[in-house]
Amino acid sequence: MDAMNILETKGLTKIYGGLKANTDIDFKLARGKVTALIGPNGAGKSTFVGMVSGRTAATRGRVFFEGEDISHLPAHSRIQLGLAYTFQITSVFRGLSVYENVELAAGRTLADRPSLLKAKVNSVLERVGISDRADQIAGDLSYGHQRILEIAMGLAQDPKLFILDEPTQGLAETEVDEFVALIRSLAGETTILLIEHNMKVVMATADFITVLDHGMVLAEGSPEEIHKNAAVQSAYLGTNVDA
Amino acid sequence: MTSFNKSNLLHFGVLAGLVILFFILPTYHVGVLSRVMVMAIYAMGFNLLFGYTGLLSLGHAMFFAAGMYGFGLAIKFGGFPVPAAFVVGVLSAALLALVVGLLALRTAGVAFMIVTLMFAQTAYLVVLYFGKYTRGDEGFILQQAERSLFGLDVTTETGRYFTAFTLFAVCFIALAKLVQTPFGKRLVAIRENEERARMLGYDAGRYKLYALVISGAVSGLAGVSYALLFGYVGATFSTVQYSIFPLLWVLLGGAGTTIGPFIGVLFMFYLIDISSGYTNAYMLIAGVVLVLLTVFAPKGIAGTLKARVFPWMP
Repeated sequence: MDAMNILETKGLTKIYGGLKANTDIDFKLARGKVTALIGPNGAGKSTFVGMVSGRTAATRGRVFFEGEDISHLPAHSRIQLGLAYTFQITSVFRGLSVYENVELAAGRTLADRPSLLKAKVNSVLERVGISDRADQIAGDLSYGHQRILEIAMGLAQDPKLFILDEPTQGLAETEVDEFVALIRSLAGETTILLIEHNMKVVMATADFITVLDHGMVLAEGSPEEIHKNAAVQSAYLGTNVDA
Repeated sequence: MTSFNKSNLLHFGVLAGLVILFFILPTYHVGVLSRVMVMAIYAMGFNLLFGYTGLLSLGHAMFFAAGMYGFGLAIKFGGFPVPAAFVVGVLSAALLALVVGLLALRTAGVAFMIVTLMFAQTAYLVVLYFGKYTRGDEGFILQQAERSLFGLDVTTETGRYFTAFTLFAVCFIALAKLVQTPFGKRLVAIRENEERARMLGYDAGRYKLYALVISGAVSGLAGVSYALLFGYVGATFSTVQYSIFPLLWVLLGGAGTTIGPFIGVLFMFYLIDISSGYTNAYMLIAGVVLVLLTVFAPKGIAGTLKARVFPWMP
């Protein structure tokens, strides 16, 4: 396999009952780049990253991470290989403090080195701009801050591949701008797979875009190419371009 | 003062208080405290699984009984010396917890409650079935001579109190330390949000199994202690009632706090003891107090203190 690609899927398929949520998805993710996965509602984006991260069992097909076949691994083992995942619906430890949340994320690898762990947690909180809220209980944070905390928990793991499932959903305009700046600052540091509805965010951050529609890959390419692609326009706008 | 120092102070303060109480309390209350400390070990074992890991078992009596019978039968029929029988008892409970865990942890929530309840019921029936050895509901007595621990007579008030105290202190401090380790914090993470914990790379299933085995072993240690100190082994201790008790104690005292289980046992014992001095309908009084506490202090006594007054409380 190509050393350029950190992640590849081959024939990845998910069938719920008789419904095909994903059909034979062959996907390659370039290392060190930001790739956006877009598509209309129900296109199968979350199902796809669910199968990549191991949350959802694939009906058939394979997932390769850094050349290794990880199709048989449970979710926690995939995370241990260097894959981080943020949930579409905010999922933090609501009863614990912000600091403890990030500590748990970083602690998987650093728990036996307390001083390193502390430095890591503080630097991550600093980076996403919530270090002044370290002692607050996560459940008491505003929705926007909980989203940011969730991203902090991903960063704290120093992931090789960071999967963000609709991270800007429900964020205020200014928070979206901060998020875009954060993603840009990560470019080159890690590989990002971004599921996103907000096209402004996609255009501002993505190096590559993959479009899913009806559980299949509709188009792939640079933002420029996708922008011009007639099939994508038709999928999004429902117009028949050929007519 | 840091919260770490404060919690150490609290823990050692409780232990120092228990030593002092021995010298100032009348005999009756010294006897009560011995029993309360043994049952508090049981409650602490339960608390690790319920309060910290978020798994509600309705069958912990089987672990208490496994310890009790493992110890009692090893002495009665195996002719084991007390220290060896002690180990046999604790290991029996740990092994039972491992087997039950491998099967029951495939379920979660209400199903886990029902499966553990059924396993405990089976354990109770097994005790009755082998009545020839266990003597069923009637139980059997361990004579004074069979209960000498390193030459110490645990049947005297002093010997019993300080043996109970030592066992309680070891479990109390060990569990308080355990929940502060990364392992303990991961159990709390699983309680708070299991899916998130898994998606941080933690093998939640494995952590839950470890928690159940430790919880079962500590509950078994309480069963061993009871048989050792009070000389009685009987099927009553494997009934469903003894699975519900630790739940009540922990809920009353404060789930997920280090001091809660002890407070819960102490409170419940004196609630029944004092109310029965006034009326035959003492269970009614106990019931009303329990309902009031659940309504007005749903986090239990220690839990409410922690939430309102002492946020540093462990």
